[in-house]
Amino acid sequence: MTGSAVADPRGDRPAGERVAAIEAVDVSRTYQLDGVSVEALRGVSLTVQPGDYVALVGPSGSGKSTLMHLLGGLDRPTGGRLVIGGRDVNALAPPEMATLRNETIGFVFQAFHLLPRTSAVENVALPLVYRGVSARQRRERAAAMLGRVGLGHRLDHRPNQMSGGEQQRVAIARALVTEPTVLLADEPTGNLDSVTGAAVLELLEQLNAESGVALVMVTHDQEVAARAHRRITMRDGVVVGDSADPRSAHDRPPSVDHGRPATLVPAPSAEPRSASGSGPGHPSGGSGGAAGATGRLPREIERPGGTA
Amino acid sequence: MRVAEAWRVALDALRANRLRSALTMLGVIIGVASVVLLVAIGTGTKQKVEQQVEGLGSNLLLVVPGRIEVGNAPVVSPLTLKDVDAVTRVVGDPDRVAVTVASGATARAGARSDFTTVQGVLETTPAVFTRSLARGRYLTGTDVDTSRRVAVLGDSVARALFPDRDPLGQQVALAGVRFRVIGVFAPLGQSLGVDRDDEVHVPVTAAQRLWGTQRVDGIAVKAPDRERIDELGDRIVAELNRRHPDTEFSAVTQQQILGVLGDILGVLTGVLAAIAGISLLVGGVGVSNIMLVSVRERTREIGLRKAVGARPRDIGVQFLLEAVLLTTIGGLTGMALGVGSALLVDALSPIPAAITWWSLALAFGVSAVVGIVFGVVPAQRAGRLDPVVALRTE
Repeated sequence: MTGSAVADPRGDRPAGERVAAIEAVDVSRTYQLDGVSVEALRGVSLTVQPGDYVALVGPSGSGKSTLMHLLGGLDRPTGGRLVIGGRDVNALAPPEMATLRNETIGFVFQAFHLLPRTSAVENVALPLVYRGVSARQRRERAAAMLGRVGLGHRLDHRPNQMSGGEQQRVAIARALVTEPTVLLADEPTGNLDSVTGAAVLELLEQLNAESGVALVMVTHDQEVAARAHRRITMRDGVVVGDSADPRSAHDRPPSVDHGRPATLVPAPSAEPRSASGSGPGHPSGGSGGAAGATGRLPREIERPGGTA
Repeated sequence: MRVAEAWRVALDALRANRLRSALTMLGVIIGVASVVLLVAIGTGTKQKVEQQVEGLGSNLLLVVPGRIEVGNAPVVSPLTLKDVDAVTRVVGDPDRVAVTVASGATARAGARSDFTTVQGVLETTPAVFTRSLARGRYLTGTDVDTSRRVAVLGDSVARALFPDRDPLGQQVALAGVRFRVIGVFAPLGQSLGVDRDDEVHVPVTAAQRLWGTQRVDGIAVKAPDRERIDELGDRIVAELNRRHPDTEFSAVTQQQILGVLGDILGVLTGVLAAIAGISLLVGGVGVSNIMLVSVRERTREIGLRKAVGARPRDIGVQFLLEAVLLTTIGGLTGMALGVGSALLVDALSPIPAAITWWSLALAFGVSAVVGIVFGVVPAQRAGRLDPVVALRTE
């Protein structure tokens, strides 16, 4: 199991063994909200290998966004161990986290998050700015990357002059211009129509296959999830299914599962939330249910380490 | 992130919100412009007063009864022409001693009249004080000795009484007594709002007779050189104290007068600059305010920049530079405005204004510092934003 491998220092692995891009061991994330603890993640262990193509699925509030933020180094776990690109996140100060994100991770967001009033090529070059690359080199590399995503003719267009599909391609180019080991995509096709979405998905798959960048994608779309080589299903802050690890659904300790049958891998949406939220003898289940009901956590939430 | 890159980003951000940037700068512009203008007026006034005090003549020693201090009431002079003779003996050269006995009086010529200051003086006045005549001649020793009723008019008095004819040889009634005009002074202009051309010189003896007095208000001595001026003053004061044991006398030099005036004007300039500085401070608060708005508005941008690898410092520097740009561009504009209005004031109004390099450097430095001081809090806030929260902001 991955846990024992992670416990070893990174340096003395046997030659030939694949170096994991991201390793999470029993990672938990608890928010403090008005004095109430909200457990968004309750002990997640998983490994992302270079070149993986992973779909992260689960209902709203299952913790997959929180997990994505942790995997991308945007946030820190409150418990467990998280190693990104060989570096233990808990040992890193905010500036080192920023450098780690810059070097290791590429982000693609549902809402694109391009800078307005800024040309496609400058948007793509943005991560290189924080790497100290010269302006000329930045433009060259960004232009080349835009060519790879099929936008070689749109270099100087601004986001408001481009379609949604084109904007997401720019965002993908921006995520990959630093040649990261992991590309984290949070519902990359969520804001696109089905035809454009399919094209963007194909592009992501193609880049994953060509460059060996690991692709971890949060999605609600079962069809999209089905195309991934590996599917991780989350529910109430824990991984309840991992197609790469058949035992995952069975070896969870009962205390974490809150007495629910852990074998329910494809979470039936018909299951009444109140049943899991008001289980007797599980006070934390109530707060977990509350977080699930709102879909996402309120932004005023206290975030340990976030303001450091 | 490289500094050049950060400057470019900051400039872009200001350009994206032109009107808001301009309005924010306005606070700094007004502050800096008023500092520059008011310091220029203060400096100009000081320079002009210094020029005028020095223009009285060199190595002057003014002897008056009482102690020369700001706020002291004037003392009625016990001095007479006999004391003047005694001082002359101390000085050793009658040409270096001048006196005055002055009073306000109405000067009348025909239907015209002018309230002016009549000065009873010795014939030595133009040599002791630097005064020159535009027309005619000055008083002579004979005029003084014989109490002749002749008068030399200041430029303003001459214009007021004889706007359309030559005053020389004309009759002027001073406090009802007729004097003959023998000369007109060259104009001197104003000093601290006082018209220095508004005076009439008559022989001291004639003036004393006019007012029925023996008194002399003050004695002025032109010292032979600067080195012995204090010693000469001490000797004169000692002589006068011997003659009038009940009265205190003071001998002050131009340097002492300049020192006192300089102190007063320096404080005045400082107060003006401080008042203007308050508006600069208010401008700084405006910058701080707008920067906080800017940080909030661009929360998502900050989140994205952090996601792609911007360190807290990179974000902080970006916003700090933006604030510093706002205040330094505002500062430069304010300097230009301040210099321009100072030149205008100097050219178009009687108020003198002199631009000094230190005031420009100070105003610019202060505006840059204001940008840093008032930009730090918003910049820190931006730098510390949690990327997850920032990205989620709508």
